[in-house]
Amino acid sequence: MGALLNQRFLTLAVLAVVIAVLPLVFPSSYYFRVASLVWVSALAAIGLNILMGQAGQVSLGHAAFFGIGAYSVAIGPAHLGIPPWAALSIGAALSAVLAYLVGRPILRLKGHYLAIATLGLGVLVALVISTESRWTGGPDGMPVERLTLFGWRVSGSYTWYWVTGALLLVGTWIALNLDETPTGRAFRALHDSEVAAQVVGVDVARFKLQAFVIAAVYASIAGSALAFMNGFINPDQAGFLHSVELVTIVVLGGLGSVVGSIVGAAVLVTLPQALTVFHEYEHLLLGLIIIVSMIFMRSGIVPSLSGLFLRRARA
Amino acid sequence: MSILKANDIGISFGGVKAVDGVSFAVSPGQILSIIGPNGAGKTTLFNIVSGIYAASRGTIRLADEDVTGLSPHKLAERGLSRTFQNLQIFQRMTACENVMVGRHLREKCSLLPALFRAPSVTRQNRETRAAALDLLAYVGLKDVADMPAGSLPYGACKRLEIARALAAEPRVLLLDEPAAGCNAVETEEIDHLIRQVADRGVAVVLVEHDMKLVMKISDRILVLERGRPLAEGTPREVRDDPKVLEAYLGQHGAQEAARA
Repeated sequence: MGALLNQRFLTLAVLAVVIAVLPLVFPSSYYFRVASLVWVSALAAIGLNILMGQAGQVSLGHAAFFGIGAYSVAIGPAHLGIPPWAALSIGAALSAVLAYLVGRPILRLKGHYLAIATLGLGVLVALVISTESRWTGGPDGMPVERLTLFGWRVSGSYTWYWVTGALLLVGTWIALNLDETPTGRAFRALHDSEVAAQVVGVDVARFKLQAFVIAAVYASIAGSALAFMNGFINPDQAGFLHSVELVTIVVLGGLGSVVGSIVGAAVLVTLPQALTVFHEYEHLLLGLIIIVSMIFMRSGIVPSLSGLFLRRARA
Repeated sequence: MSILKANDIGISFGGVKAVDGVSFAVSPGQILSIIGPNGAGKTTLFNIVSGIYAASRGTIRLADEDVTGLSPHKLAERGLSRTFQNLQIFQRMTACENVMVGRHLREKCSLLPALFRAPSVTRQNRETRAAALDLLAYVGLKDVADMPAGSLPYGACKRLEIARALAAEPRVLLLDEPAAGCNAVETEEIDHLIRQVADRGVAVVLVEHDMKLVMKISDRILVLERGRPLAEGTPREVRDDPKVLEAYLGQHGAQEAARA
């Protein structure tokens, strides 16, 4: 217990130090921007990892909730006169309600069937966003009003680095909290054996739904943060490719590992930037690196490496 | 006064009557064994009683309440717990966490305090872990409490399942072949364990192939054959029943046994 508590604090402390120290080595504001993108993707991935890694349920349409968060902070202030910070909360609430309503019927499905159902949800939301152009600006996207908090205008890549970093810390803290609670244990139990979880009294349908709603809220807040940061939003953020990217981050970093989601996001966001020197081979190399790392690190980067270190330490 | 009462249970799979007109009752502190040749419908009957399958006919009463067709977690709330023939442990959780999940119904489980780690959550966690460690000690697994359950040997997993089922503090415990694949020593341990559990006032329903174990610990035995009840009675009555011998050994074997 003490060890686990320490591990939780250690993870948060290391993350805080990394966020604090990175700016010392960043040569330009471009680096701040890329790092902020990592923090935002990591936040969405941590949420999705609670659903996929802990509760063992797949979602191939998770960018839908990211999109709802993003468009809420765009549409709310522009069309409805809602203050930006309130629009973020409304977006999160909308995502939670949608996840709850859609999750009730589709979380009865298992495996491939659930994957297809969530895929359908993602496609549907993306479709609504790109066709309701009166509200959303259609395929061209729309501008997002700057976030103001208590008279403080949040803008610039330097500021957003700290805001998204703080969001990531809170998101990490919550995800780590959840692990060692009756709810977290129920998630992991139903992942390993639904029937055994049921016979000790776990209401499997209820906990799957909880995990889905939590994951949706994470994605929604991450989406809002990205929209504020970019000052502009387009339907791609809610699209299928973004859903796949989120799943890739979770699996590449390590299912069930909170740190894994952060590392996965770091790899998947920074690698394409680093590989631009290879010009037309960029995507080829990116794919190759993902394939090779999944072959050699089957349970994801973080669980595989920590397993390796533990074995070395014992030997 | 029986706590669990199954009346005229039947289920068919694609026209095959897997269980057909089976009734039984068990009282607190009693051990009822259900035996029969392979395919007699023992596990199917368990799956119906524990709410995993829906029976096509018959009723189940638990503590004088009609619980027919309730889902497994609802039955767990009413005090019914079980183990599985093919192990259903939570492989990626530690042995202790497995048993802690068994305490699920005894824990407060609200989401917001869990997300923000309220002090009550930490306190409850400590209590649940202490209770789980007690149970692990009870089944002789205290030393492996923090090992991943997936890495434990087969016999230990069997006992872990019993500990997890007991963690829910059930009034009725269904044990599906708890001694299957266990060696003589492990079987002996499980034998003691089941007796102790029954002595605490839990009604135990046991499906088991190890006849020595069944004959030794059962208060009553129900024999099934091809989904139908064949005989019911005390171990002695059942052992001497020619119909039972015939079902197990065939007509020829029964004659041989009678002569021996």
